[in-house]
Amino acid sequence: MTILFYIAGAIAVIASIAVILQTNIVHALLYMVVSLLSVAVVFYVLGAPFAAMLEAIVYAGAIMVLFLFVIMMLNLGQHTRDEEKSWLTPGGWILPSILSAVLLLQLVNVISELNFDILPEQVGVMQVSALLFGPYVIAVELASILLLAGLVAAYHLAKSK
Amino acid sequence: MIKLIADTLLTQVRTLWLVFIKLFKKKDTVEYPDKQPYMFPRWRGRIILSRDPDGEERCVACNLCAVACPVDCIALQKGEMEDGRWYPEFFRINFSRCIMCGFCEEACPTNAIQLTPDFEMAEYKRQDMVWEKEDLLINGTGKYHDYNFYRVAGKQIKGKDKGEALNESAPIDVRSLMP
Amino acid sequence: MDLSIGSPLTIGLILGVVIITAALLITVERRLLGFWQERLGPNRVGWFGSLQVVADMIKIFTKEDWIPPFADKFSFVVAPGIIMTVVLLSFAVIPFSPNLGVIDSNIGVLFVLAMASLGAYSVMLGGLSSDNKYALLGSLRAAAQMISYEVFMGISLLGVIALTGSFNLREIVESQSDGWYIVPQFIGFVIFLIAGVAESHRLPFDIPEAEQEICAGYHTEYSGMKFGMFFVAEYIGLVLISSLITVLFFGGWLGPDFLPSVAWFAIKAFGFIAFFILMRAAVPRPRYDQLMTYGWLFLLPLSLLNLLVTGAIILST
Repeated sequence: MTILFYIAGAIAVIASIAVILQTNIVHALLYMVVSLLSVAVVFYVLGAPFAAMLEAIVYAGAIMVLFLFVIMMLNLGQHTRDEEKSWLTPGGWILPSILSAVLLLQLVNVISELNFDILPEQVGVMQVSALLFGPYVIAVELASILLLAGLVAAYHLAKSK
Repeated sequence: MIKLIADTLLTQVRTLWLVFIKLFKKKDTVEYPDKQPYMFPRWRGRIILSRDPDGEERCVACNLCAVACPVDCIALQKGEMEDGRWYPEFFRINFSRCIMCGFCEEACPTNAIQLTPDFEMAEYKRQDMVWEKEDLLINGTGKYHDYNFYRVAGKQIKGKDKGEALNESAPIDVRSLMP
Repeated sequence: MDLSIGSPLTIGLILGVVIITAALLITVERRLLGFWQERLGPNRVGWFGSLQVVADMIKIFTKEDWIPPFADKFSFVVAPGIIMTVVLLSFAVIPFSPNLGVIDSNIGVLFVLAMASLGAYSVMLGGLSSDNKYALLGSLRAAAQMISYEVFMGISLLGVIALTGSFNLREIVESQSDGWYIVPQFIGFVIFLIAGVAESHRLPFDIPEAEQEICAGYHTEYSGMKFGMFFVAEYIGLVLISSLITVLFFGGWLGPDFLPSVAWFAIKAFGFIAFFILMRAAVPRPRYDQLMTYGWLFLLPLSLLNLLVTGAIILST
């Protein structure tokens, strides 16, 4: 299982880098889906199958599909690819990547000092639900009210005059 | 609302049932090469040239069929015998153009050209679709068994003047004042 | 002969049986459609047309596999693979009999839903990368339809899950030993049936590939084996939806003892496959906006209501 974790993690990192470097927006989106799916595998290996499946259903299955849906309706051609290429000049990405690399080193340093088991026991659906509707019920309700507000706003905007 | 939903659902279920019981009904398909379908006598299929009851060609090379043909698939050449009768020197139908409309049959004054219920006309070579007179001509009268153009029509030929044919009265003298 | 859950032999067996069943369904569907339309259907090749599938396969395999020069080659090639992978992976969690299956997962239902939602990519990428107007229209329709109907598909299952108290498909079957869930969850069953047809875009919800309107929809530009994969994946999806309905609402392998449990599963699943084919023969295709209105304004409230009532009954007893 540990080797699975490292493979999935490596795929997630590589795919995320590819999302940034890819100039074809559809291919970039596919890499993002791969990245999300590998994160789902990471979740599964870490003992959270429910979170893994939700990652696959909600992020890879619903949100990314909506992204693709929007991309389909935009008329993207060669000119957007050229534009993307022109944005990826070294002056643009060197400084942010150095800064993020420093942050990454710090993060690795912090994590390596922590001593935790990579394979804790499985957190089943029941435990997650008990937590969601027990101690964190207010957060869940607030989130659902937020989503409801978004729904009402979308309905209002989309309603034909 | 509930009535509407129930009606909609019930009509769908009824549709499904009515289609389902067709599983046990007799099928409409005729398994063609194994079973020959019944062809109606007036089916517009392969074109033939018929002969009159005496065994002579009916076609008088009037070219009406070639004129009537909407796709111009009929070609013929007039020839004349010693007795003044016309006949086609060649008669050619290009069946790769023919659309089996039957206009030639309607246009024919002598019932010579007729459409038959034969529809199996596929060929491997396109040139084989062009039928000459010897291919088209049959030894029979086709759909009209005792019709002979020269016996009934007012056409003057050697040995038969106008008005001497079967069922024919003498021509009217247009200069006479009598009724 | 190791035929326990998850042994390589079992996995190979299930894969082979599923793919062969899906391929045979091409012939079965054509024959049944023919009967229901008062025709005979293909009956020339082999005994009563049983070898028609071989002829179809030879035709598909030997056709020219053509990629349009204007297409986005990477997405174009990847798209049919995605749907094939996704539908075959979904069979991993289906329990065929008490000791036949690929894995015994505690998140079986969620896994199936995740795979169904990933299947949308194949359709969308296929249409988008073809660079063809009809394909694009088809995949737009497919995307909207699949996202919408996934919602009701998930919610309609929640009643069953609440009654069982588990996402494990095996436990769901076992808990039906004293009564199938079709009785308490009839509304859930109907919604799942409709959503399942829409997810596998079969008639009457084949709006993404409506021949009369938009050629073949998202696979207009596909030919040869890539088209074959889309084609077979549709039938595997049909088998999958039928198996799921059997497992979730009709007691899976449960049945009287005179037949083995796999046989009961197969009989029930084939019944639903035949029902889907009957729907194709009988029910006309709705308009696109009708489909959306029907889904969001009728099925969604109904499935929520079903869940609410089920939850209330479970809490009160």
